[in-house]
Amino acid sequence: MIVTTEKLTKRYGDRAVVDEVSLSVRRGEVYGFLGPNGAGKTTTIRMLLGLVKPTSGSARVLGKAPGTPEALLKVGSLIEGPGFYPYLSGRDNLRVHAARRGVDKTHVEAALEQVDLAGAANEKFRRYSLGMKQRLGVAAALLGQPELLILDEPTNGLDPAGMADMRDLVRALAAQGQTVLLSSHLLGEVEEICDRVGVISQGRLVAESTVEQLRGDTVLLIRADPIEKAHVLIEGSSLHGDVLHVRETDAGSLVRTLVHADVDVQEVRPLRRTLEEVFLEMTGVA
Amino acid sequence: MGSVKAELLRLWKWPATWVLIGVWLVMTLTFGYVFNYLALNGGTNARGASQQQLISAMQPENVGAAVVRGLPMFGGAIILVLAALAVGSGYGWGTWKTTLTAGPRRVSAMAGTLGALAVIVVLLVALTFVVNLGAAITVASLEGWDWNLPGIGVLKPLAASLLIAAMWTGFGVFLGVITKGPALSVGLGLMWAIVTENLLRGVGSLLGPVEDLTKILPGGSAGNLAGAVGGSGAPGVLNDLSGTTAALFLVGYIVVFVGAATALKVRRDLV
Repeated sequence: MIVTTEKLTKRYGDRAVVDEVSLSVRRGEVYGFLGPNGAGKTTTIRMLLGLVKPTSGSARVLGKAPGTPEALLKVGSLIEGPGFYPYLSGRDNLRVHAARRGVDKTHVEAALEQVDLAGAANEKFRRYSLGMKQRLGVAAALLGQPELLILDEPTNGLDPAGMADMRDLVRALAAQGQTVLLSSHLLGEVEEICDRVGVISQGRLVAESTVEQLRGDTVLLIRADPIEKAHVLIEGSSLHGDVLHVRETDAGSLVRTLVHADVDVQEVRPLRRTLEEVFLEMTGVA
Repeated sequence: MGSVKAELLRLWKWPATWVLIGVWLVMTLTFGYVFNYLALNGGTNARGASQQQLISAMQPENVGAAVVRGLPMFGGAIILVLAALAVGSGYGWGTWKTTLTAGPRRVSAMAGTLGALAVIVVLLVALTFVVNLGAAITVASLEGWDWNLPGIGVLKPLAASLLIAAMWTGFGVFLGVITKGPALSVGLGLMWAIVTENLLRGVGSLLGPVEDLTKILPGGSAGNLAGAVGGSGAPGVLNDLSGTTAALFLVGYIVVFVGAATALKVRRDLV
């Protein structure tokens, strides 16, 4: 495990912003940390980076205590948007960051190339577009070849093209074996990129598994006439208006049964819950 | 060392650093030499300074006193603004977050900022000395005076200048950390350096204990040290305490400001 937390809790007064969260991120995976705004994602991540001290519970990052140089030097992070000096160029900002990380400044050029910013490296940070700023943040996170990359809402504020670019970048990093902890409230993003997800709601981790497991078994949707007769014929089916839902993967057998009983089969298709449906169910967000 | 190097790189390329140093150099030249020179050459001289006093103030050998006399109030205010901006801006820009997740311990990150500010402040005092010396030599040459370069004795006012500048730097850093922003820290700092202590001195003429207190406040201590090493004729320069006592108070303030700022930085959540 590259990240583990055990009943990690942060309280502000009586309010538990993060409530006994126990999660684990495995080496080499892209872990999606999913939750609605204000669910406690960023506070959890800030605790993993030592920016916020937990009220109780514990966390280990690469086997070390969060916030120690031993852990931080192996972690690259981008939290709630990039924080850079507006009057410095992209290149100089990375040089400053490299000096802090004890990374040779020659690595700066490689990081700029990796996020496709080499051509704009001499422009002042304040003149960058939002997408360029986010990419510079990723470049800073990549300095020093970290074992773990923590990206908190990296597509926030980006236009669709910028979001696609960021997703491609994360995919490319994952393909290179980079472990990524990606926090997001954008379900499509997580569904597309992540191997496993943790869902946090009102400070509590309500689920942690693969996307497939979260979405659950495939359900067959059957539209037939007469539907009541089909409902009686197919054991375990449930009637939803004028269609049936059946937890059965052998569609051929079902269709044969219905046809032999003189039922007209009009439509048979797999019906899978989307991650969005699962998410809304788990988080209670309407 | 990495933290100091990083902070120096960003402070060196920060326009605000050079704007503030430039403003200070213009002020010290204007008030230390230009006005005195004009007063010497046909000004109204309403303050009644004798010709000898004006000439003495502009002599190259007295450049140490010229450097130190501006620092208790106006120079100090500029240094305070620089330090408060350097620390406070990081909260608005989000750069503290980037700094503290880069790898160094919080105390090292803070030491990096303090170290880089120390280098900038030493540079500011050195530039003030060089510019003042240049102006003094120019005036002496123009006027045809016999002049000498400052002797070893100049080290005393220069050391005092550094101590005063360090105290104002610490004050600015403290305000930047405690207010977590540039605007409030600069506003509070300027109000303290230029307004509050002067108001208290006014009240002090009515109330003895307040008068005693003003002598040992940050600006008062700085003014007393400047006065003790030969600074005179500038706002904020005082002659109520010995140089040693004033210096000890300044060291105390540096320890308190830097210590409190560092402790806050280390302990406080960055949200």
